[in-house]
Amino acid sequence: MPNVTAIALIPLLPLAGFLLLGLFGRKYLKNSSGLIGTVLLLASTILALYTAYEYFFVYGNVGGVYQKFVPLQLTWLEFSPGVSIDMGLIIDPISVMMLVVVTFISLMVHIYSLGYLKGEERFPTYFSYLGLFTFSMLGLVLASNIFQIYIFWELVGVSSFLLIGYYYDKPSAVAACKKAFIVTRFADLGFLIGILILSFSGGTLDFSTLIERLTSPESNAFKTAAASTFLGASALTWGAALVFIGGAGKSAMFPLHIWLPDAMEGPTPVSALIHAATMVVAGVYLVARLFPIFSITVPGVLEIIGWVGAISAIIAAIIACTQTDIKRVLAYSTMSQIGYMMFALGVSNYGGEAGLGYTASMFHLFTHAMFKALLFLGAGAVIHYVHSNDMKDMGGLRKLLPITHITFLIACLAIAGVPPFAGFFSKEEILLAAFQNNMAIYYIALITSGITAFYMFRLYFNIFWNKPHHAHGENKSEGGFVMMLPLILLAISAAAAGFIPFGEFVSSDGRLLESHFHLSFSIAPVALAVVGIFTALWLYKKENDKPAKFASSMGGAYKAAYNKFYIDEVYLFITKKVLFNLIGRPAAWFDKNVVDGLMNLIGTITEYISEGIKKIQSGRVQQYAIYFLGGVIFLAALFIYLLK
Amino acid sequence: MEPGLYHILFLSTALFFIGVYGFLTRRNLITMLMSIELILNSVNLNFIAFNKYLWPNQMDGLFFSLFIIAIAAAEAAVAIAIIINLYRSHNSIDVENAEDLKY
Repeated sequence: MPNVTAIALIPLLPLAGFLLLGLFGRKYLKNSSGLIGTVLLLASTILALYTAYEYFFVYGNVGGVYQKFVPLQLTWLEFSPGVSIDMGLIIDPISVMMLVVVTFISLMVHIYSLGYLKGEERFPTYFSYLGLFTFSMLGLVLASNIFQIYIFWELVGVSSFLLIGYYYDKPSAVAACKKAFIVTRFADLGFLIGILILSFSGGTLDFSTLIERLTSPESNAFKTAAASTFLGASALTWGAALVFIGGAGKSAMFPLHIWLPDAMEGPTPVSALIHAATMVVAGVYLVARLFPIFSITVPGVLEIIGWVGAISAIIAAIIACTQTDIKRVLAYSTMSQIGYMMFALGVSNYGGEAGLGYTASMFHLFTHAMFKALLFLGAGAVIHYVHSNDMKDMGGLRKLLPITHITFLIACLAIAGVPPFAGFFSKEEILLAAFQNNMAIYYIALITSGITAFYMFRLYFNIFWNKPHHAHGENKSEGGFVMMLPLILLAISAAAAGFIPFGEFVSSDGRLLESHFHLSFSIAPVALAVVGIFTALWLYKKENDKPAKFASSMGGAYKAAYNKFYIDEVYLFITKKVLFNLIGRPAAWFDKNVVDGLMNLIGTITEYISEGIKKIQSGRVQQYAIYFLGGVIFLAALFIYLLK
Repeated sequence: MEPGLYHILFLSTALFFIGVYGFLTRRNLITMLMSIELILNSVNLNFIAFNKYLWPNQMDGLFFSLFIIAIAAAEAAVAIAIIINLYRSHNSIDVENAEDLKY
């Protein structure tokens, strides 16, 4: 059986780190704060690995099916008997897998930050925020009911906000953290309404019960939910779609992706942790968590998920080709890869062979976390070295940063899908799932994988080859052992993670899923990837004017992609011109004139009345006596003559 | 002729309105206090008269008038204390000075 203490400690240790460093860090633990945070997380990681080992190899598999365990369930808020918000832990294949991913990446980022942020004034604050984020993410992963996941979902949002705005004296960072918070909050509104609809139809907030009730066509809950319709769609469809909007916001899916590139204003290790490997896949995780509801009862929503994922994947890939800020390239690449995971879920079905997309999505989540964290940390090492985010300040760094160069190359090969690196295997499964279910999405995905290889190697050649580097600092090094160790460990994972037989562990229904490997099928994506790599080689290996000519020959298309298809401008237009003018101003007018006016009117009336009756209280004793006498006489007359 | 109930009631009513008149017209606080005493004594007279003529075997009316005398004494003590303080601050015991108390 699951070891409750060990599992509960996994999120609680980072929380302890957050409290300790947040409360006492700046005063007492100035120098040891990084170490404390890292050691606590190391313990967490070991516990997570232990839990994963125990689950996958000791108790999890009963009769060939991976079971779902809820080892801890505490009632927190009871509304009525049967309906309560609980705090629990859920243990099933995806949550265990996420535990490993989150703790491992977070540990790498902790170690890396020891070097990257050395000498920073708010070092303890940074580590306490990291602890808060890790705690919230682990809580999200382990949440056993839909409201608990929402609580941690918002906590993750807050810690992401804090970390993006870490350099709070930089106006662009402040703007970015606000943008990230507002955009994801906006999407979370959909999530909340979705939660309310789903839990109202299911009569419970608990995942297992909810799924059970809403997926069996005989149950009353299902019948009611499927029968009640609004604007032509059933309550179930609405609930699922709204929950997906929340997921799309956090996972930076088109058109709610605008916050992710700006979020790169945070420190680079934070981008590696939050905006590449963990938080942004929360949306994917959420859809996977509720997958039975999505797949069995409301297939229409899966179609939407598939298309949103595919469109995000290709748009982000195209934009990534034109950006010059290396972190933004990586941000768009993240968005594109999460698009892959989303549409893999979208083309999947529940159970058996048809559930290939689900396994593929989770597999890609796993491998992507490794190589994308590696890419970000590598980019961090480069930025640390040249003190700039822009490609034009880089070039020819391969001799100066040998370890970074090799690890970055491995990550690029992995994301491009070149065998035998991790990305190849997971992308292959996703493409296969798409091929079996939706040819249009398959072709989009195929083209995207070619573009992915191109822009990743554009990045690689621009950083490490191209023009020679003009060295201006003499005693520069790569950043020491603490920064290189995570790179090396992650490079090993990125190279080897693909060989994990993922289908044996994670599948939509818990049963073993054989992954078939078709050599003929992999020719097309690998060939496209190689074409992409050689195009990048031809254009960017040496400094030349080919890219500029190429760009000018594309004309408006290049400009549109460079400006991110003007999506930010569209948002600005909608908010500033449409919403502010049509809703904001009338609302302000209404507030100023009607609401305030009503209050002022009440105030004025009171003032006039009091001005009038104030004169009665003159202070003249004899006047009072006359009023008193008059009153007595009046009452006496009343009682004597009228009310006998 | 024996004085009857009506005579005494007439006397007490007269006393009462003399007191009210004095209270409303005089500006001197001491005189106003005396007017109040007149009003109280008219009430006392009423109690005594009703007690004697209507329920001669009971003592309620007598007790009430004793209470009222005691209260009147206490009230006079307090009122005179206030008047003395007013005199100290304003050098006069005119009732118009008491208007300042409202502030």
